[in-house]
Amino acid sequence: MTMPPLTDLLVHLLLLFAAPPLLLGVINKTKAFFAGRIGPPVLQAYYDLFKLLRKDAVLSQTTTWVFLAGPAAGVVTVLAAGLLVPFGQHAAPLAFSGDMLLFAYLLAMGRFMTVSAALDTGSAFEGMGAAREVTFSSLAEPALFLGFAALARLTHSMSLTDMVAGIGAGQLAVLVLIAGAWFLVLLAENCRIPIDDPNTHLELTMIHEVMVLDHSGPAFGLILYGAAVKLFVFAALVVDIAMPVPVAEPLASWTLFVACVLALSIIIGVIESCMARLRLLTVPRLLVCACLLSAFAVVLLVRS
Amino acid sequence: MAEKAPKLTRIWNGSALPLDRVARMNMDGFQMAVGEAIARGWRVSTLFALNRGEDTGLELVAVFADDARATLHVSIAAVENNWFPSLTPACPQLHMFEREIYEQFGVVPGGHPWLKPVRYAGPFPGSATREIPDSPEIGRAEYFQVRGEEVHEVAVGPVHAGVIEPGHFRFQCHGENVFHLEIMLGYQHRGVEEAALGGPHKITQRQMETLAGDTSIGHGWAYCQNLEALSGAQVPPRALVLRGIALELERLANHAGDLGALAGDVGYLPTMSYCGRLRGDFLNMSAALCGNRFGRNLLVPGGVRFDCDVATVKDLEDRLATAEREITQAVNLLWNTPSALGRFEHTGAVTRRQCVDLGMVGPAARACGVEVDVRCTHPTGIYQFTTIPAAIAHYGDVNSRAFVRWLEIQRSLLFLRERLRTLPEGPLRVDCAPLAANSLVVSLVEGWRGEICHVAITNVQGRFARYKITDPSFHNWMGLALALRGQQISDFPLCNKSFNLSYCGFDL
Repeated sequence: MTMPPLTDLLVHLLLLFAAPPLLLGVINKTKAFFAGRIGPPVLQAYYDLFKLLRKDAVLSQTTTWVFLAGPAAGVVTVLAAGLLVPFGQHAAPLAFSGDMLLFAYLLAMGRFMTVSAALDTGSAFEGMGAAREVTFSSLAEPALFLGFAALARLTHSMSLTDMVAGIGAGQLAVLVLIAGAWFLVLLAENCRIPIDDPNTHLELTMIHEVMVLDHSGPAFGLILYGAAVKLFVFAALVVDIAMPVPVAEPLASWTLFVACVLALSIIIGVIESCMARLRLLTVPRLLVCACLLSAFAVVLLVRS
Repeated sequence: MAEKAPKLTRIWNGSALPLDRVARMNMDGFQMAVGEAIARGWRVSTLFALNRGEDTGLELVAVFADDARATLHVSIAAVENNWFPSLTPACPQLHMFEREIYEQFGVVPGGHPWLKPVRYAGPFPGSATREIPDSPEIGRAEYFQVRGEEVHEVAVGPVHAGVIEPGHFRFQCHGENVFHLEIMLGYQHRGVEEAALGGPHKITQRQMETLAGDTSIGHGWAYCQNLEALSGAQVPPRALVLRGIALELERLANHAGDLGALAGDVGYLPTMSYCGRLRGDFLNMSAALCGNRFGRNLLVPGGVRFDCDVATVKDLEDRLATAEREITQAVNLLWNTPSALGRFEHTGAVTRRQCVDLGMVGPAARACGVEVDVRCTHPTGIYQFTTIPAAIAHYGDVNSRAFVRWLEIQRSLLFLRERLRTLPEGPLRVDCAPLAANSLVVSLVEGWRGEICHVAITNVQGRFARYKITDPSFHNWMGLALALRGQQISDFPLCNKSFNLSYCGFDL
């Protein structure tokens, strides 16, 4: 296990903790631009979080401690997962052999707790949302893992940091396939169009949002913050694969990383502006597509 | 049936008739007459109970529309012993009307397949002999249930996640598939029909205009047309045209808003945003006409209250030209997006057969290929002098309902351009004489949601003995329930929006 330089560590933590809500602002600004609106300020997500943290929460009498453990676990797990992901060319604060397994299962644990909190309310809606979330994530997970497998084979390493550092020698086709697959996983995991609609108020169509309908105040703030961090972490993962251009100068390298993440947010915003969301029944097909992309990456490597 | 069915009385849309000239019959005759009317392809516009006092007892009044010949047919049947054999098994479009009669007057339609209250509203004035159906508490009722392994029930509402009207929806689901949907409304019952008794009161016009807030002109027009028919007033031509302009502006605003909301429901943002704004633009045009975005206070029995001067006409023409250009772009964006069309097509289909059996009206019926449009089939006012062709689509799905709206937007725009260019001169209104006593009048108006039916019956003093309102939603809610069968529960909001029915227009 190697430790990165102190400045890199500090920048990593700063970005991980403070930057995620900015991505939501950039996405919403992009969508507003396409809709011909001015849109909310770029920092609106921060204002919303501060507003929610100052509010009281309403707790249903049928819920137990699980209901509050969900949001807490949701934030902690994605933050911990964020410590394992290298940001650009810079090593992650925590890196060891097999850390990508921990990464995947931290996210799975966060999801397990969110789903448990949803089921804890006993509401028909939340049960429906939980069923959808679990179904779709079980289809998204293979795409993630097959991508890890391909990278492990490519770089002969079992740590995210070493994988990203070793990519430079990789094959372009493999990287494109993995980046494509993981981008679909990003859309699915973060309930973006075309899989889910983060803005809808229609409870029967929701996947992720319907599970958190009963949360309010600071607990809901934690959920929103956790979702933003998750988006940021996935964006970092995709950028790591898609932009493996080595830059020696640390400042330039960090700037490039941040610019790439923001560019990715704009791409997400453009996608959300240009297409409708899929019918719920066809979402699995898209996720199977993501799995196939990753699988082809593995096939390409095994063959060579 | 060897016996010959008694003849119904033929009338026209918006013309009054003395009550004693309406065909009267006993229940057996009524049953035969209804059977014959349905066999001829007539639609039920409304069916309601009436109690005019001790000597006549309780009576049923039925109004049928013959769309092919532009005639309406009415009859009155006496009810004996608070019971009559239900006509619903033979004529499903009566199912909700019979439930309403049961609730309002305690008259039992024997053999009704699903007899329960409609609005939990309590007895109607004049239902002296009434036994209140059990459990008048709203929403607490038996729901049709599907039992079995893995079948589950999802209850939505009456409080929803969005700011919309209250209604309760009970889904019987198998995973994501819907077996059956039952819709329970009545949360907004305000007693509009009761309030109109003994009228017309000063406030009645206002109440009609707010009966369904998005259909102010439609309901206001039907009410004014009734008063004009009963008092024999001739509305001046300029007022007729201004009414037509206001009604089409209302249709434009709502259709534009609906297309935007449909795009929003599938997460397609550009059309949602542009159409949302254009809806506001059309509402503002109504405001230019009368000072109110929903057209309230424009109509008055005998004409219209506000004039449209030359400058306003010019202003409206300019705004319409801009709006036409913009809405064409916004809606074509939707038609050119495969992912949006993929959501619309084959979703929530109602067959033509179901549509006819349920007596559906408005864009939802025209989307099934059924040509019902009061503006064409029973024209009154300006529509007697100009034709707007009925917009038809054939698949009965969300896509067809959206497409019918788009066709109607284009045709309404054309109509408005023509009418504004040739606005006749002359007075705006005439005074209405006192209403004719002991008379009946039926007014049909094609609101943006479909056929609005108002029936007024006056007593000896020329006051309302009964004022019956049938909003198009009353015919169509069951259509939405059928559209959901075998669909995904996640497609419900999309289907619901494609019908966009009124809760308060149903609840009255």
